[in-house]
Amino acid sequence: MAETTTPTPTETAAPALTAPRREPRGYSVRSLPGFAVIAIFTFFALYAPILILVTYSFNAGTSLAIWEGFSLRWYYQAAANEAVQDAAIRSLYLAFCAATIATVAATMAALATTRTRRFPGKTMIYALINQPLMIPEIVTAVALLIVFAAIKVWTGHTSMIYLIAAHTAFCVPFAYLPIRARLETMDNTLETAAQDLYASRWLTFRRVTLPLMWPGIVAGLMLAFVISLDDVVITEFVKSAGQETIPTYMLGQLRRVVTPEVNAISTVILMAGVILVALFFRLTSRRR
Amino acid sequence: MTSQTAHAEPAEAAIADTTAIAVDVDRVSKIFRGETEVRALDDVSVGIRKNEFFTLLGPSGCGKTTLLRLIAGFEPPTMGAIRLGTRDISRLPPNQRPINTVFQNYALFPHMSVAQNIAFGLEMLGKPKAEVQRTVDEMLRLVRMEELKNRRTSEISGGQQQRVALARALAPHPEVLLLDEPLSALDLKLRKDMQIELKRLQHETGITFIFVTHDQEEALTMSDRVAVMSAGKILQVGRPRDIYERPAERFVANFIGESNFLDATLSGGTVELAAGGRFDVRVPEGVRDGAVSVLVRPEHASVRSGEAAEGETGATVENVVYSGEATVVHLRLATGEAMKIRLANAPQGGEAPPQTGGAAAIRIAPGAVTVLKD
Ligand SMILES: Nc1ncnc2c1ncn2[C@@H]1O[C@H](COP(=O)(O)OP(=O)(O)OP(=O)(O)O)[C@@H](O)[C@H]1O
Ligand SMILES: [Mg+2]
Repeated sequence: MAETTTPTPTETAAPALTAPRREPRGYSVRSLPGFAVIAIFTFFALYAPILILVTYSFNAGTSLAIWEGFSLRWYYQAAANEAVQDAAIRSLYLAFCAATIATVAATMAALATTRTRRFPGKTMIYALINQPLMIPEIVTAVALLIVFAAIKVWTGHTSMIYLIAAHTAFCVPFAYLPIRARLETMDNTLETAAQDLYASRWLTFRRVTLPLMWPGIVAGLMLAFVISLDDVVITEFVKSAGQETIPTYMLGQLRRVVTPEVNAISTVILMAGVILVALFFRLTSRRR
Repeated sequence: MTSQTAHAEPAEAAIADTTAIAVDVDRVSKIFRGETEVRALDDVSVGIRKNEFFTLLGPSGCGKTTLLRLIAGFEPPTMGAIRLGTRDISRLPPNQRPINTVFQNYALFPHMSVAQNIAFGLEMLGKPKAEVQRTVDEMLRLVRMEELKNRRTSEISGGQQQRVALARALAPHPEVLLLDEPLSALDLKLRKDMQIELKRLQHETGITFIFVTHDQEEALTMSDRVAVMSAGKILQVGRPRDIYERPAERFVANFIGESNFLDATLSGGTVELAAGGRFDVRVPEGVRDGAVSVLVRPEHASVRSGEAAEGETGATVENVVYSGEATVVHLRLATGEAMKIRLANAPQGGEAPPQTGGAAAIRIAPGAVTVLKD
């Protein structure tokens, strides 16, 4: 028994000889088996279809599967298409209105949840602001449809106001997050210092708080803008007749003939999104 | 036996003259009510004089910052009043008090240049542009930062940030300047320089400085007067020399410098050490005849090898520690009490210090024995 359990001197010596060859390293997920494979696969699954979509937007032919040479044909066609123009203008108008209103509301909410004394229900309010992120979009969409349909029937009023209200509502938590993050990393004593140096509350806000939280506000605005721009579900449910946005127009197109025009529109939206998100990361990471 | 009258100093005579008081803290308490109740300040009263360099000294959590925040107006007192001269400012918001603060982390505005930071207070006071400009330049000169006026505050060193913070707080020419451990983030060399710089600034501007530190040496070297705090109370206020040589309580003695505490019996202005020796002392208020504890500073006594003669106290040497400018001799008295004595080192070849294990004779300087309240 003792002989089988006690390792022989050579057995114990062997790992001692090989082990020190590898430098002792801290814990790193990279050393987990399969980690790299899964990471590469995920990136591939995410970006390969987008790559194909972008490629075929430059297809000279009408097919989404057969490459027939490079052309900007579909971009011209989309740009000349009055329905696309109309939807694009509506989308931008909607995103602009909703993002702006949402950002103002989110800024006030962020100030109220970080720059006030603790008050009862503060955590509750924080949860309520973020809750829309957890509610399935379809639920919100159905709920809004029911309420707005009733109002439309009752008032006979069918302007963009419903879409703006709906988009504002789901944009608020997205705008709120970067603004709150910014405020939380901001040193409270700066505002104390401003008051110590004879600034009134309003001047403290205007000269110190606002300039310092500005990158957060711009980031929140851009995030809200992108979120509003590509919303389909809620828009589809809430819009009145003729109120197509770019995403709902595309959805409509896909139900009929599918041409690379959709790809071209998608690519343009994608580029806009990429630029805004890149700016967003720049704003949120720069300076502390 | 040595018998010497300790000379009482008229330290607190001027305090009765209220016209010279810049900040009057009158029976102030501050209670923070959270999950538990914290009494950060407990019935604190102190008068800080005009043009004084006044230091609050005490261990961490004793309430120094809280007292400063109350004076600045960032928090209201739970009880009591704070007066500027004779005007009650307890309920004034911070932006209406002619008091400025140098924050521990400087709190410079990161989106403004050095000059804009310094101008901020003046602009908020609505001073005309030309005056703001002039004062900013004057302040930049005062803290020797002229070349860096257009730098961002993130592009200057810690010591420079410190000076910008000072200039920003001094620019509106407040009646009182509050400084919360402004030197604690600096390295030793810079700190020594800034100590001198601060004294110079205080002298040149004639502004009352209230300075917070937990560094006793800093407090002693810089201050006109020091208040020693502990657990939300001010234990003693006095000139550095009074605090060091005549501490009222064991805590104060212990917190500042090195101490020997010895048992003694007090009777009518004279103490008799348990280990032997009679000294005339100043009897603090409230101390009655009987067993007392007395303080002897290590450098206020001397020791030599040999048996104790008349007027000396016998002891055995336990340890001798050489430390450059001084040698510390650790002794055991006949009563079993420990005592250490610091001897200034003479050049080599002078009188040798006592040897470990040998008999020694201690001579305590006249006036070196202080009776403690507790
Ligand atoms: N806002 C607050 N809420 C609750 N308790 C507080 C608050 N501010 C301070 N305290 C408590 O009051 C006491 C005194 O704090 P204070 O900051 O004045 O100490 P300090 O002397 O400045 O200490 P340090 O040298 O560490 O800065 C501490 O026990 C602290 O925990
Ligand atoms: Mg403090």
